[in-house]
Amino acid sequence: MIGALLERYPQLANRIWGFTPPEHGVIVLVHRRVYILPTRLGWMFAATLGILLAGSINYALSLGFALTFTLGGLGLAAMVHTARNLARMAVSSGRAEPVFAGESAQFRLHLDGRARFDRPAILARHLGCGAQLVVSIAAHAIGEVALAVPATKRGWLPLGRVMLETRFPLGIFRAWSYVEPDARCLVYPRAEHSPLPRSSPEATAGAVRALAPGNEDFTGLRAYQLSDSPRHVAWKSVARTEEMLTKQFSGEAAAELWLDWGLLPAGLGLEQRLSRLAGWVVAAERSGARYGMRLPGIEIAPERGSAHRAACLQALALYQLP
Amino acid sequence: MSALPANPLAPEQRAVSMRDLAWLVASLLIVVAPHALRAPWWITLLAAFLYAWRIQIMLSRAPLPSRWLLIAVAAAAMLGVWAEYRTLFGRSPGIVLLALFSGLKLLEMRSQRDAAVVAFLCYFLIITNLLSTQSIPTAAAMLVALAVITTTLVGLGAPQRPARANLRTAGLLLAHAAPAALVLFLLFPRVPGPLWGLPQDAYTGVTGLSDNMTPGNIARLVLSDAIAFRVEFEGEPPAHRLRYWRGPVLWDFDGRTWTAGPTALTRFEPPRGGAETFRYEVVLEPHNRNWLFALETAASLPARSHFTADGQLLAHDFVRDRRRYAMTSIAGASRGPDEQPFGLRRALRLPQGSSPRATALAAQWRQQSASDADIVSRALKYFIEQRFLYTLDPALLGRDSVDDFLFGTREGFCEHFASAFAFLMRAAGVPARIVTGYLGGEPNSVDGIFTVRQSDAHAWAEVYLRGRGWVRVDPTSASVPGRLDSGLARAMTEGAALPFMLRPELEWLRGLRSRWEAVAHRWNVWVLGYNTERQRDLMAFVGMPDADWRSLTATLFTILGTITALLLAWSLRRLARPDPVQKAWQAFCRKLAARGVKRAPQEGPRDYSERAARALPRAQRPIRSIGALYIALRYGAQASAQGIAELRRRVRELRLT
Repeated sequence: MIGALLERYPQLANRIWGFTPPEHGVIVLVHRRVYILPTRLGWMFAATLGILLAGSINYALSLGFALTFTLGGLGLAAMVHTARNLARMAVSSGRAEPVFAGESAQFRLHLDGRARFDRPAILARHLGCGAQLVVSIAAHAIGEVALAVPATKRGWLPLGRVMLETRFPLGIFRAWSYVEPDARCLVYPRAEHSPLPRSSPEATAGAVRALAPGNEDFTGLRAYQLSDSPRHVAWKSVARTEEMLTKQFSGEAAAELWLDWGLLPAGLGLEQRLSRLAGWVVAAERSGARYGMRLPGIEIAPERGSAHRAACLQALALYQLP
Repeated sequence: MSALPANPLAPEQRAVSMRDLAWLVASLLIVVAPHALRAPWWITLLAAFLYAWRIQIMLSRAPLPSRWLLIAVAAAAMLGVWAEYRTLFGRSPGIVLLALFSGLKLLEMRSQRDAAVVAFLCYFLIITNLLSTQSIPTAAAMLVALAVITTTLVGLGAPQRPARANLRTAGLLLAHAAPAALVLFLLFPRVPGPLWGLPQDAYTGVTGLSDNMTPGNIARLVLSDAIAFRVEFEGEPPAHRLRYWRGPVLWDFDGRTWTAGPTALTRFEPPRGGAETFRYEVVLEPHNRNWLFALETAASLPARSHFTADGQLLAHDFVRDRRRYAMTSIAGASRGPDEQPFGLRRALRLPQGSSPRATALAAQWRQQSASDADIVSRALKYFIEQRFLYTLDPALLGRDSVDDFLFGTREGFCEHFASAFAFLMRAAGVPARIVTGYLGGEPNSVDGIFTVRQSDAHAWAEVYLRGRGWVRVDPTSASVPGRLDSGLARAMTEGAALPFMLRPELEWLRGLRSRWEAVAHRWNVWVLGYNTERQRDLMAFVGMPDADWRSLTATLFTILGTITALLLAWSLRRLARPDPVQKAWQAFCRKLAARGVKRAPQEGPRDYSERAARALPRAQRPIRSIGALYIALRYGAQASAQGIAELRRRVRELRLT
């Protein structure tokens, strides 16, 4: 009953023991945060013991008593061993690479056995989405699990609560514990494929020459938009994938480009704008251009490379978030 | 929101591997094999076939047989068992059915849940082997079975783990189970059974004396080497010729067979006179009758037993478990001269017209003798002079068994002598009866405890002498003096067939047997004979003289709690050495501090190694590389064993001078 209660309200357990999630750094599963209850098999084992005991009494079998009580002791030992399989393990989280909204964030957890014995069959299960993995940790070794948590919204995605569970060695007890490491994954806005903006008046006015989509060099494909010329539609690709794509060409590859909030159509909402901008960043980086980004209150100078791309996308991910 | 995926640790979700199946079948074979020879041959074959079928399915990845086929096989098996035993209940058919059902369960085993159920069934099947024997080898086999079944269960949970590691885990589990098992064994309140009616075949095949005696049946019993009871004397044991263990008393004779007939219970009164007093404890093997054997003449009455007018000790219930009782006996003491007239008439009754020559001989003695005692000595003299042959394998006797023995075959075993003597006494008008029991018993050379075997079975006679009461007369000892002072082997006529173990050239084998039986005796007394009374003795010994089930349970739980706490403490020991990365880093910091570059408490590893590199420019490259490696290992995604070793090596080889 306690187990069911804890399962439904895992925060209760933490409140009782005074762990306030999320926890920083290395989380050691001290004994008091490892819960243990018999499994359904455990109850069947107990029923077997009951029958054995009745038989021993009925036939006055001394060795039968010895057998029954040895199995009873085995149950007791199994309880301690099952808890030990989890207890004192150290859980820490690794870096989670940023993802776009709509993808899955890969959270890495390091399970440090910190023990002379191995810890077989440990399940790590994300309570929110049910992502799960079973690992075995060798003696003195560290096991790693990657939990794929769907990222739906831009911004910081916290890992959330993870349950670690084991039934080793006999399967008649189930020991489990909850951890909520202070791990988070940056979620970029969903990248919308759209043509890169034409050069804005102020951009072309200066020394900076905008990169204008031209007809000279084929640079890639992007999603079809109603305004695109039918001549630029990649018909071969359409026949293959049934998706309308537009061929993109660049006039001058080394041009500089401003991805400006102000260039977006006025009717778009905040998230749509951010999505469009994220798509631009991805496309601009792929085109090899130097690009800068302007948001209300934020300006990132033109540059290129993955660090620049990450900085732009992070700015978009966290824009106007508390 | 879609449903969350199922828990992959749940046994219902886990498939059974070939290795799991192999271990399961091995477990089943260990617990079922002892029954294989006892069960009807077709059941053994069928069970073996079911196991083989399951293995074949696993190997060929074929689908499991349909439920209907299994039900049909189960029904056919039950029908067969019923045809064999005429019942489905009771011990033997029950065991046989369990063995068959274990095979059927294997055939419908889909997930690890079913596999675990089969493993639990194996645990249960162990106990069926204990119904027939609980010897030390059985206990050893039980331990092996426990280890194998437990390894099977461990293997289910950890499919990738090598079997040896699983075996080690199972061993550790069983070792940790032992203290709790011991405490439970000693303190768990024992309820005297049975809880339900025992099947009728519960006590078959026990050997021992019976309540009648026909020429030849004690001789047959003597061939059995089985132990009747063991005796531990306090102080000096009695001489061999005093070791008459009194059992059933036989009154009625039909010309061939002596039977006990009705016996009257009476109040126990200590005997009078006698020379030596012996105190001893008897551990009686179950013989499925209610006689309790005691040295003549019993001077005490064991608990839960009656005393009969003819001096027998009868337990309230049939002796179906090994039973201990303390006794006092006084050699040569007598019960006194009073006997009911009815009893005396009964002790003179003879079948009409049986053995006429012996009757005539007795009548002749009567005429020539002045007293009953005189007749007795005449008869004994007759037995000595006639030189009867003492043999285990006498010629068969006819309807007039006494005449045939005395004047025809002239060879016999103790029952022939006793029977003829008692007949002669009755024919001469001296009340007489037959007493059966055991004579002798040998001390075990290892622990000195006397073992009385079925091969010590004996029959003698008692005559009633006016003024003295019933007096023991052993015609066998008169005729074969050696029988009285030594064992059967010495008394036998040269060349006669002896039971195997009694042959003198097998001395070494008997020595080995003595040693083994000494161990087995302790096992019987302390393990198998552990019961409510012993439990009470134990509690009294540790200072709780009147422990009832409540105090037992309380003590039990206290100790079990302590054991659990100790196990937990064991699992909480410091599990690992300190983090090797941290250890290497601290050694590095110590080395730098010795050169005057101390790490400030708030200083991070990057700043510190940079500062140290600038302060010690000659070692700046190794210092920087150690700092970078430490940061990579400590904060990077994964600390590899190679990286740790590299860090250690670099710190060790760092020279700052």
